[in-house]
Amino acid sequence: MRLDLVPRTRRSPVLDILSSALAFVAAVLIGGIAVAALGVSPTAAFVTYFVTPLSEVWSLQEIALKAAPLALIATGLAFCYRANLWNIGAEGQFVVGGLAGGWVGVATQGAEGFTLWILPAMLIVGTLAGIAFAMIPAILKVRLGVSEILTSLMLVYVAQLLLDYMVRGPLRDPAGYNFPQSVGFDAAARLPYLMDGETLHAGVLVAFVAVVLATVVLARTLFGFEVRVVGASPRAARFAGFSDARLTLAVFAISGGAAGLAGISEVAGKIGQLQPEISPGYGFTAIIVAFLGRLSPPGILIAALVIALTTIGGEGAQIDLRLPLDLTRAFQGLLLGLVLGADVFARYHVTLVPGGPSSRTVP
Amino acid sequence: MTLDIVQMVLVTVLAAATPLILAGIGELVAERAGVLNLGVEGMMIFGAAASFAVAMQTDSTFLGAVGGAVAGLLLAALFGILTVGLAANQVASGLSLTILGLGLSGLVGAGYVGIKRDPAPHLAIPGLSDLPGIGQLLFGQDAFVYTAVALVAAVSWFLWRTRSGLTLRAIGDDHVATHALGLKVRKVRFLSVLFGGACAGLGGAYLSLAYTPFWSPGMTAGRGWIALALVVFASWRPLRVAAGALLFGGATVLQLHAQAAGLGLPGQLLSALPYLATILALVLLSLGRRGGGSLAPAALGRVFTPSR
Amino acid sequence: MDATLPASALARRSKEGPTPLFGAYGIVKRFGSFTANDGVDLEIRAGEIHALLGENGAGKSTLMKILYGLLEPTEGVVTHKGDIVQLPNPEAARRLGIGMVFQHFSLCENLTVAENIALVMPKDLSGRALADRIARLGIDYGLHLDPDRPVWSLSAGERQRIEIVRCLLQDPSLVILDEPTSVLTPGEAEVLFTVLERLREEGRALLYISHRLDEVRRLCVRATILRGGKVVGACNPREETARSLAAMMVGSAVREVTPREGGAVGRERLRLDRLSLPAPDLHATALHDVSLSVAGGEILGIAGIAGNGQAELFAALSGESRAPEPDSVRLDGKPVGALGINARRRLGAGFVPEERNGHAAAPLMSLSENALLSRYPTASLTRFGLIRLGAARDLAKRVIEAFDVRKAGPDPAAGTLSGGNLQKFVVGREIQAEPGVLVINQPTWGVDAAAAAHIRQAVIDLAARGTAILVISQDLDELFEIAGSIAVLHDGTLSPAVPAGETSREAIGLLMGGSSDHAPPVADVAHPREPMPSPAHAH
Repeated sequence: MRLDLVPRTRRSPVLDILSSALAFVAAVLIGGIAVAALGVSPTAAFVTYFVTPLSEVWSLQEIALKAAPLALIATGLAFCYRANLWNIGAEGQFVVGGLAGGWVGVATQGAEGFTLWILPAMLIVGTLAGIAFAMIPAILKVRLGVSEILTSLMLVYVAQLLLDYMVRGPLRDPAGYNFPQSVGFDAAARLPYLMDGETLHAGVLVAFVAVVLATVVLARTLFGFEVRVVGASPRAARFAGFSDARLTLAVFAISGGAAGLAGISEVAGKIGQLQPEISPGYGFTAIIVAFLGRLSPPGILIAALVIALTTIGGEGAQIDLRLPLDLTRAFQGLLLGLVLGADVFARYHVTLVPGGPSSRTVP
Repeated sequence: MTLDIVQMVLVTVLAAATPLILAGIGELVAERAGVLNLGVEGMMIFGAAASFAVAMQTDSTFLGAVGGAVAGLLLAALFGILTVGLAANQVASGLSLTILGLGLSGLVGAGYVGIKRDPAPHLAIPGLSDLPGIGQLLFGQDAFVYTAVALVAAVSWFLWRTRSGLTLRAIGDDHVATHALGLKVRKVRFLSVLFGGACAGLGGAYLSLAYTPFWSPGMTAGRGWIALALVVFASWRPLRVAAGALLFGGATVLQLHAQAAGLGLPGQLLSALPYLATILALVLLSLGRRGGGSLAPAALGRVFTPSR
Repeated sequence: MDATLPASALARRSKEGPTPLFGAYGIVKRFGSFTANDGVDLEIRAGEIHALLGENGAGKSTLMKILYGLLEPTEGVVTHKGDIVQLPNPEAARRLGIGMVFQHFSLCENLTVAENIALVMPKDLSGRALADRIARLGIDYGLHLDPDRPVWSLSAGERQRIEIVRCLLQDPSLVILDEPTSVLTPGEAEVLFTVLERLREEGRALLYISHRLDEVRRLCVRATILRGGKVVGACNPREETARSLAAMMVGSAVREVTPREGGAVGRERLRLDRLSLPAPDLHATALHDVSLSVAGGEILGIAGIAGNGQAELFAALSGESRAPEPDSVRLDGKPVGALGINARRRLGAGFVPEERNGHAAAPLMSLSENALLSRYPTASLTRFGLIRLGAARDLAKRVIEAFDVRKAGPDPAAGTLSGGNLQKFVVGREIQAEPGVLVINQPTWGVDAAAAAHIRQAVIDLAARGTAILVISQDLDELFEIAGSIAVLHDGTLSPAVPAGETSREAIGLLMGGSSDHAPPVADVAHPREPMPSPAHAH
């Protein structure tokens, strides 16, 4: 047996969507088998994972709240990955963004008078911190050729330890009975809710705007063209006068800034204070989302909603069916793998040659 | 007495280095064949969980270790099908493997959190193992350590002394040329990936069966990533992987001692040291190599589809 | 695959007497909807050099890969001494005594000569024993090699020697050579011919694939001609003229390029002054003291064998590599050495790199996006950072019409075009800008004859409109056809330019091989006048 792959001359959007859908179905089927193996009815699990979360207002809001940071980070990452640059440290940039922006919230706690500037300042500081943190691997890559994959990943651990140190040390709430957390932010340092009495906050809008903006930038601007050319044909990009170094810095800044903004949005939105854990792995899950959405912002928006759905569903399944949360993580990893595998059908004419040359011998 | 203290330190350094050697040497073979598998962390932690589960079920450390290697190998097979068979992007596939491995390890290890086993037995040769100064270091290690050392030697020999090793290196250098000669590019790459997975799984097994003989979620703590960095740092040479692993093992031990001694430095800073040291090592390597060109296998990370 | 010979092949065989050493009968190879070989018959006898002639895309490479076990035919059979054989992989082909010398060498750059050879040797032959065999063969055939050198440090000629030695060590009865002289100097080619004639005398069969008719006429008495995947003729090349052979290959009379009439040469527009650039990486060539000057209306040809600094020279001219001294590159008198490619474009320069797919064009992107690729700085295709899609489409359309680019669909991906059509597009894209200076690297490499003629004519016409043109080419015929003067690039050093009419292929060939003791036959007319005398500058 031998697998022949002949590149398609043109990508078809129908095949792109079809192969993603195929991968999703396959992942759900494999997940169902795993669930059955754990002694739970697959249909009950399917309902808990994919139907129940869609049937209640609060869980719909939860999905949006989870999808927002994922979509925001993944949109930033799409710029990197499109250009064949591998920032896999968005988790760290998210944490640093949340920490730096949150610091502003802590420092201004109890401020009186004109406080309208506080929230914008937090968002800006968080974004800038994310950019600055992403600049470390970017500059090392540009100046010294150090693999950005390894440095950006290593810095995730550093960021998490930094946050841990800060909330146990300098930023700890003095009146907090030694709990590792900061003071709660004032209302002026919180993202406003979109509806009274509900949990949906303005961070969702930020993410949505970012997705729309990124769509336009990638498709219609010279910069977007530059990103696409650098990824698809690096030498042609140099021929077009695009600078590798400048683009590396730019896309790392975009992805780091997006992650930092997502971080401070989470801290100023849902959490409202600094604590040792401010991310349930958004930065890593966003990598799945980016590829699931095929590195296109609208696709990423859909993928973020799907992944958020499975996450909320997974929480429900843990409570209702005693299914472990790790099942959701394994499912997401598997889904990404299957999407990448299914992609081959969109990119190549695939033929399985029965008894290909390798199995025949000379008479 | 001081000799025994030196030996004790060296023994702990070697112990900290062993999982890095195991995972690093496996990844080195895969990369020499031209495949960049970023899923080392995932294969390693899945190996750790699976080996502990198997060891608990069978009450055999040996079967546990085999189980760990098989677990890593299975994940690597998935990666191989994706990247070697289906020409998927190696970076993204490796990341998916890491996420999948973390999830699977949680599932497999769920029932075993908080349970301790006896660590893997250490060699004890009467007379030799008690030799002052060197006995414990040379003759008192567990089987993982000896396996790691043997693997380094075996891989060195294989890559530079055998025809199959030459073929593997050639495929990592230029898959188009070697394919034109009729060498089996995809088969060799797939096998190399499997070997890398088994080694990573074994490295994970060492963690949960010998180093800290219990299972805890996330216990690899980035060692898979450090192993990846080691391969770069070692310029794709087995002996240097071992040397680099010992260096990092030393840093880890130093950090643990510093933490215990309470130097007044924040614990988080000390915990961050291995990661910062990894970045520093990569930077120093690049500085030392400026203008000299990369020593990486030329086809590393590039997707191969047999052309017509 | 059929188990019996097609009737036509059997009939042919009985007619032509002795059983051929190797035969291929009714070979069909399809790739999807494309038929690369369409019922090809070929017979090769021991002790002959059999020529396989055809244009790019005629199906020569496909047939050769089938014979070497790299491809399976869709239909048809291969025979060895009359018996049908299966060639599932190159190893099987090698066991039957088929050896191959690849055009694009199948060598691993970072392995040594001996390691590259060992890759296809029996397992028990390695180390010292193998090195001895290599040395002995080297003495026997005059093919000396140092077994311990890494391949990246070797010249193209030396690399071909590895391919040949690797092939001969297997004592082949059939040697397939794919365009073997395309990377050699005329002198090196002579050495190769001697080896080939010797192999023929030893009773081996050789299949010689080429489109260079003079070589074929010299070496071969039997030739099979392919066109569009079909055999269109068999002949004795020595009884044909180069013209009649070319007509058989192309299928119609070859379009002649009209040379430019005299033409006034204008002021100097492009000038290099002792440009030196270090090699960007281990496998590249450094440039040493390269000086040249091209005036408006003039076409300067740069000859040389691949890998002697052509890519590096092109990058230095285009601005993809910056020169250490801004003065060393001048466009219309302005120092531009420190400027990037787009700044040079804005000063009126245009560039066509050697590699179509991936350098001159992004293969997965549409033609209009590829028009944008090099023309956005000069053709106002953007506004406030936004792409004017309509304007880009219009530009692509104009180029497509002016250069008769054949394509499928309204705005297809560049990679879907044939080599010739894509080359016409990328050359047309630059010429459409009416550049003051045009630099082209390998204008017609791997392009069919009609497209090549079209491109050469367009280049000549552009020069007639006053553009200074620099053509880098490995194809001496091409340079003598279009260039007014020729200089030779060897190992990063450029010889002084001489008028094409006052030199010969032999003289240029010697310079290509690096023989610097042969003074150029004519004083350097195009060589820039030195601002001040410098003893270090070699004349």
